[in-house]
Amino acid sequence: MVSNNTDFTLAVEDLTVSFDGFKAVDNLTLYLDRNELHVVIGPNGAGKTTVLDLICGKTKSTSGSIKFLNKELTNMAEHEIVRAGVGRKFQTPSIYENLSVLENLEVSYPHGRGVFGSIMFKRTSEVIEKIHQIADQIMLRDELETEAGLLSHGQKQWLEIGMLLIQDPQLLMLDEPVAGMSVREREQTAELLNKISQGRSVLVIEHDMDFVERIADKVTVLHQGKILAAGNMKEVQADPKVIEVYLGH
Amino acid sequence: MNFVYEKLFGGKQGFIGLLILAALILIVFPLFFDIFRLNLIGKYLTYAFAAVSLVLLWGYGGTLSLGQGIFFGLGGYGMAMFLKLEASSAENTSIQSTPGIPDFMDWNQITELPWFWVPFNSFTLTLIAILTIPALFAYIIGAAMFKRRVGGVYFAIITQVIAVILTILIVGQQGFTGGINGITDLRTLNGWDITSDSAKYIFYFINCGLLIAVIIASRFILTSKFGSLLLAMRDKEDRVRFSGYDVSNFKIFVFCFAALISAIGGALFTLQVGFMSPSFVGIVPSIEMVIFAAVGGRMSLIGAVYGTLLVNAGKTAFSESFPELWLFLMGGLFISVVMFFPNGLAGLWDDYGHYVTRHFSFLSTLKNKLFKKSPSIALEAANDSNVSEQQMTKL
Ligand SMILES: Nc1ncnc2c1ncn2[C@@H]1O[C@H](COP(=O)(O)OP(=O)(O)O)[C@@H](O)[C@H]1O
Ligand SMILES: [Mg+2]
Repeated sequence: MVSNNTDFTLAVEDLTVSFDGFKAVDNLTLYLDRNELHVVIGPNGAGKTTVLDLICGKTKSTSGSIKFLNKELTNMAEHEIVRAGVGRKFQTPSIYENLSVLENLEVSYPHGRGVFGSIMFKRTSEVIEKIHQIADQIMLRDELETEAGLLSHGQKQWLEIGMLLIQDPQLLMLDEPVAGMSVREREQTAELLNKISQGRSVLVIEHDMDFVERIADKVTVLHQGKILAAGNMKEVQADPKVIEVYLGH
Repeated sequence: MNFVYEKLFGGKQGFIGLLILAALILIVFPLFFDIFRLNLIGKYLTYAFAAVSLVLLWGYGGTLSLGQGIFFGLGGYGMAMFLKLEASSAENTSIQSTPGIPDFMDWNQITELPWFWVPFNSFTLTLIAILTIPALFAYIIGAAMFKRRVGGVYFAIITQVIAVILTILIVGQQGFTGGINGITDLRTLNGWDITSDSAKYIFYFINCGLLIAVIIASRFILTSKFGSLLLAMRDKEDRVRFSGYDVSNFKIFVFCFAALISAIGGALFTLQVGFMSPSFVGIVPSIEMVIFAAVGGRMSLIGAVYGTLLVNAGKTAFSESFPELWLFLMGGLFISVVMFFPNGLAGLWDDYGHYVTRHFSFLSTLKNKLFKKSPSIALEAANDSNVSEQQMTKL
């Protein structure tokens, strides 16, 4: 069944990508409602990161469709997908280590995105206000002048989330946002995610079950590029197939 | 005013650095050197344009071009073509079988001025050509490479290959280009003798003025969001791309801008040295330009100028006595700078420069005079600091 116009923020249908015959994502279908916080779990190598790569245009699909707000993404350039409203955080924190926290956020500010626009870009009070507001959210208000490379691992993860938030994306995709974080930082991040998922859809990839339980509206379990189970956390946890391949050990 | 100060001069350190450079090349050199030496320094300073362009392209942009000689050469040839046509008036060349065309064309049995030489009869068109053709050529190369996401070593090699091809083309097409000897015997510019001492002085000062203007323009770009983006791209290209930027456009722009700067240097070279030849286009000059930037500090616009001056002074002094050793010495210099002083001379300045600025505090006084704060702002600033002091004591 291929739907045309839907209410979904994201509709991934029959998506397949094959690397030299190896299907890293195999006939995947996945829907995200407005304001839904959806978590994808699965063992290492299941194809989770590849799904995000496909959605944000980093990897081209072999077949299938990806619709974001009813707009087909599969043939769009990466920067166009971002401008359409899709933000993506990478698995390892990807920030500009040599720039300050403020500059990191400023560079991500969604104005002056052309060559000449960026040369003439002015740090107006409006820009500063927005940066401060985001910095408050990601708990880095006191670190604005700090060189980003000096932040703790957890703070780097938050900064990258902040760099996405400042663009106010309709769909936010986060690849293992709490990897390498302390227990306290995980709690703070869960809180942050619950806050920022107001008014937008969020797709999170995560391993940490406690964390998933705390944030997820819906969970999809991926295994060898295919969906093994989907539903709310309780249903998924009770699924015998899931217990066997993933939660069991 | 403060905005201008920060944007164009890069804050206090940057402003003082620029002031010292300006004083050195505009006042000290002309006072202490005769016109022969000054003309030689002027020649070095034309290479500095290429070195500055590499600071933008390589230091900030992370894209190493081993072909800046291409653009330096295109600029230089553009100017040389105009001067050659002026030197080849019908009276001057009446003994040729076809009078009115450059001598080397006549020697190569060419009987009519080739079409692409015709615009160079006009000085205006020549200037336009110098300012557009190299940049346009860079655009074509840049678009072909960067849109396909070719970068790094591959880009460096391709620019080098293009430099070689261009050299071969110039040498091979002797009738159109003057071949290996280049375009020589340039004498006048709109009737004005360019070999006279007064012309050499004037070109020297024009050269210095343009170099400073180029540095200020580059500062303006580097202190904007564009500059931060360049650094961001150098370190995390994907993050920039997935923040909604078309990365290739930014790389193409810096490459074109770098080409433009280098071409201006090339044109000034021709004016001051009086000829242009393929030996300023190929691999060796292109790599030398990278060494100038590396020695000066690839992250420093001003450092690039000092790097150029220093290496060239060394080259001139050294190659007079041991010409065959010079290339090895320069190779060694390059490797040791990259290994031990990755930030070059500018790195040393950053580490030890505050000693200098402290001892030359009159420079900051001068700065305050030049960028006089209006009394009310100064007062406000003073009040601010009082307030914060009070707060401090309260805390
Ligand atoms: N560009 C690629 N080329 C070849 N194989 C790839 C590529 N990207 C991912 N893979 C493979 O696809 C599988 C899924 O990888 P990934 O999506 O990173 O897994 P996960 O994020 O679930 O741990 C892995 O076996 C990986 O080696
Ligand atoms: Mg992964």
